[in-house]
Amino acid sequence: MTGAGMAPRDFLTDRLMLGLVVLVALVLGMPSLKPLFATLFPRLDRPLYEAESFVRLTLDHMALVGASSLAAILLGGGAGIAVTRPWGREFRGLLETVATMGQTFPPVAVLALAVPVMGFGPEPALIALALYALLPVVENTVAGLDGVPAPVLDSARGLGMGPAEMLFRVELPLAAPVILAGIRTAVIINVGTAAIASTVGAKTLGLPIIVGLNGSNQAYVIQGALIVAALAVVIDAGFDRLAGWLNRWSQR
Amino acid sequence: MASRVSLHRFLHNRVALLMALAAAIAAMALPLLGFAPNRLLSGRPVPLWAAVQGFDGAIALLAGLALLATPFLRPTRPGLGLTVAAGGLFTAGLVWLAGAQAAALAQGASAAARTSFASGFWVMAAAGLLTAIDAARRLGLGAVGRMAVGGAIAALVALQLASGHLDALSILKEYANRRDIFADAVLRHAMLVVAALIPTLLIGIPLGIAAHRVQAVGRAVFPVLNVVQTVPSIALFGLLMAPLAALGAMLPGSGISGVGPLPAVIALTLYSLLPIVRNTAVGLDGVPAPVREAARGMGLTPRQIFLRVDLPLALPVFLSGLRITVVQAVGLAAVAALIGAGGLGAIMFQGLFANALDLVLLGAVPVILLAVAADALLSIGIAAATHSIGLLPGKSAP
Amino acid sequence: MIDFERVTKRFGSWTAVDAVSFTVAEGEFRVLIGPSGSGKSTVLRMINRLIPADEGAIRIDGEDIASLKPEELRRRMGYVIQSVGLFPHWTVERNIATVPGLLGWPRARIRDRVTELLELLNLDPRRYRGAYPHQLSGGQQQRVGVARALAAEPRILLMDEPFSALDPITRASLQTELSAIHRRTGTTVVFVTHDMDEALRLGDSIAVMDHGRLIQCATPLDILTRPASPLVRDLVGREEWGLKRLAVETVGDRARRQESVTGEPLAAETPLHRALSEMVARGTERLPVVDGDGQPAGVLHLSDLVRPISGGTVPGGTA
Repeated sequence: MTGAGMAPRDFLTDRLMLGLVVLVALVLGMPSLKPLFATLFPRLDRPLYEAESFVRLTLDHMALVGASSLAAILLGGGAGIAVTRPWGREFRGLLETVATMGQTFPPVAVLALAVPVMGFGPEPALIALALYALLPVVENTVAGLDGVPAPVLDSARGLGMGPAEMLFRVELPLAAPVILAGIRTAVIINVGTAAIASTVGAKTLGLPIIVGLNGSNQAYVIQGALIVAALAVVIDAGFDRLAGWLNRWSQR
Repeated sequence: MASRVSLHRFLHNRVALLMALAAAIAAMALPLLGFAPNRLLSGRPVPLWAAVQGFDGAIALLAGLALLATPFLRPTRPGLGLTVAAGGLFTAGLVWLAGAQAAALAQGASAAARTSFASGFWVMAAAGLLTAIDAARRLGLGAVGRMAVGGAIAALVALQLASGHLDALSILKEYANRRDIFADAVLRHAMLVVAALIPTLLIGIPLGIAAHRVQAVGRAVFPVLNVVQTVPSIALFGLLMAPLAALGAMLPGSGISGVGPLPAVIALTLYSLLPIVRNTAVGLDGVPAPVREAARGMGLTPRQIFLRVDLPLALPVFLSGLRITVVQAVGLAAVAALIGAGGLGAIMFQGLFANALDLVLLGAVPVILLAVAADALLSIGIAAATHSIGLLPGKSAP
Repeated sequence: MIDFERVTKRFGSWTAVDAVSFTVAEGEFRVLIGPSGSGKSTVLRMINRLIPADEGAIRIDGEDIASLKPEELRRRMGYVIQSVGLFPHWTVERNIATVPGLLGWPRARIRDRVTELLELLNLDPRRYRGAYPHQLSGGQQQRVGVARALAAEPRILLMDEPFSALDPITRASLQTELSAIHRRTGTTVVFVTHDMDEALRLGDSIAVMDHGRLIQCATPLDILTRPASPLVRDLVGREEWGLKRLAVETVGDRARRQESVTGEPLAAETPLHRALSEMVARGTERLPVVDGDGQPAGVLHLSDLVRPISGGTVPGGTA
């Protein structure tokens, strides 16, 4: 893994813990920074976003990302598994075509297109996010399952493992690191797209940013941006940790 | 058991079966178009059979019947070729049908009436397109060949667009209303991407080469770029606004501002750096050491080695990174409309904020098309580069 | 015990196995040998139904294997492949415990069986049971592979070129150990190889295949002395044919009983080519022989080694 050189584990622990501390501090402590924002932006009557509590917004944001990611994992994982089974192999080309095509669609466009179909609100956002998260999950599930060495599959079959046992005891555990990487990609993209989802009526951390942009209130924008950036960094660091654990468990 | 065996004998293409079933269900249960007397009222659904009248209807019906037959065609070249044709003609024919029906509906209604594509249209069009592309893959066509098939279908639609046949559809009415703005927006959007690409390549390529040669550079640079990539785009745009605004206030007349294209280009550059730096480094890393050794042994200068050995061998991986970068940038530029950068995103968000759904389409669909076109062009470039350095078919650059 | 009745397998237009019939008796060590593409691996993989037969019947103990559930069939047999295929995410112990686990053995029994097998394959249980495959050398991995195949006490052991990827020294020691295990457990073994020396060394009987057909099925001695076709003769090869011929008999077979001579004795089961080597090393033409109990069993003469073979053709020699 490119990146941290000296004492990687310490750096990672620092990143996750540090990020978590910063995130919690920002979310809980933002109201107390009101005087700071008042001084920085003296011309604003409302230097602090107060229409919704930041805690509520953060939780709603995480809920949207979590629900859409879960749906994507179940559906995408299922599709990836199906397409690597003998009976599903015929559909693999189709799945790969759809995934490749879908990868080029910008997330914001998918989000916007959900509105003519479903109207405004959290539902189109949920569907759009789930659809967009499907792609990396499916691709990585297929790649991970493909990467299980053929001799391992051969000896598993030859020893008498049934298809279900092979899938759950051998293939999925060995494909787990790659699948996790796909989930990680999907979730991180979704954290960003969920912020933009405020434009279609979902209440997330993007709301202060959008309201701020519409009303030229830079303080609002910064408040929303800081928290959602911290959230993304923390979630990414969390996945990093998880990947490290998984690597140690599957290799050692 | 016996019936399943006999069905197996006739059923040759399960993907086509799935698509045909989806199309059939969509034809019967979902509306093809939605017709509303004006923008404020919601539309009434127009099912497929209501739209099928006269000559146009016959054409669409023919293609539809052909589509239903495709699962049972043998997987020979003629059979698969017919499947490709059936899928493509079905999709193009649906568009034709939609245009004709919209024109017919517009005749009896006011100028404010809207006829837009409904869910049935999208499902059926997708089914036709996917049938064609999957059959093209079964014929053995590579990525470029399949893109050609998609391009051919797009060309059929483009012809209809150009002929004015689709003008009664609401998305084109919106386009007609905003013709200049639209052209301007497309240009602006492309300019944003290109403007960000220049600093990205100027900074990213040397950085990538440095990261390839000196480990410490990579160790310092990649964590930073990874963090940048993680930050949501809208947050980065937002965080750039205040400092740039302050800078603009300090340097009046410099044109620096917290809104507009400048923060957009800066943010786009920052996001584009990681794929370029990483793929430059990885591409160069992938040049086999024995090849370089041999070149040195033959007496080539370092500059010649770089130009004649490193560059061509690292090119596919680099172009792959460029492809990711450009596609990503097209999407990010759309988000940048929120901070006043203009472009197709501006049309899209304008539609969202005003609840003008066809405006949303007018903005979003071209963004997707732009991204798909950029992806296709660069994929062809990658295929050409991979082919010219003799990589085996099937062994592709990441 | 294993019966093949006119078994055929086709892949598209290519016939991989062509109306092959043979029988393997219980406890027999049958080697399948042939050039690449001869169908020997396909035949092996048809025994545990990894590849289903197109025509013909395969019976085990009289039961047609097509009537059994594939997983149940395979759990009754051991299966060892060239690239080992240990599960990388499981310890050695868990790998070996695969089939007993599938069969629902109690945990204590599985643990004891793992210890027993590790000792049988000369791996220190304390050191190796908690190790992971990537920590083992190629030879150690294959030992674990064999242990895993034997875990559920199968009556049939299927092996597909298991030692071909190992270095010669490891290969030789594993061959010796496999022979010993076979003698101890009485398991029926079907062993595929392309190495005739390995076949001659290990097999009770050797089945030669070519282009999907069974050419000859015979004892090592008959393969050497009565090859049924030029192909069989070529597989044996002309180089060092004499040494291979010697290798299939033991000192005890040719010792002159009533004689005795001084010197360090040879065990009666020593193969004759070793005895020849010993004679050259010691510079003598006679060696004393002892039996399994250490009792004198005669003398081996160099001339008895060179004694003309009764029947069969000697390649390159006057018949």
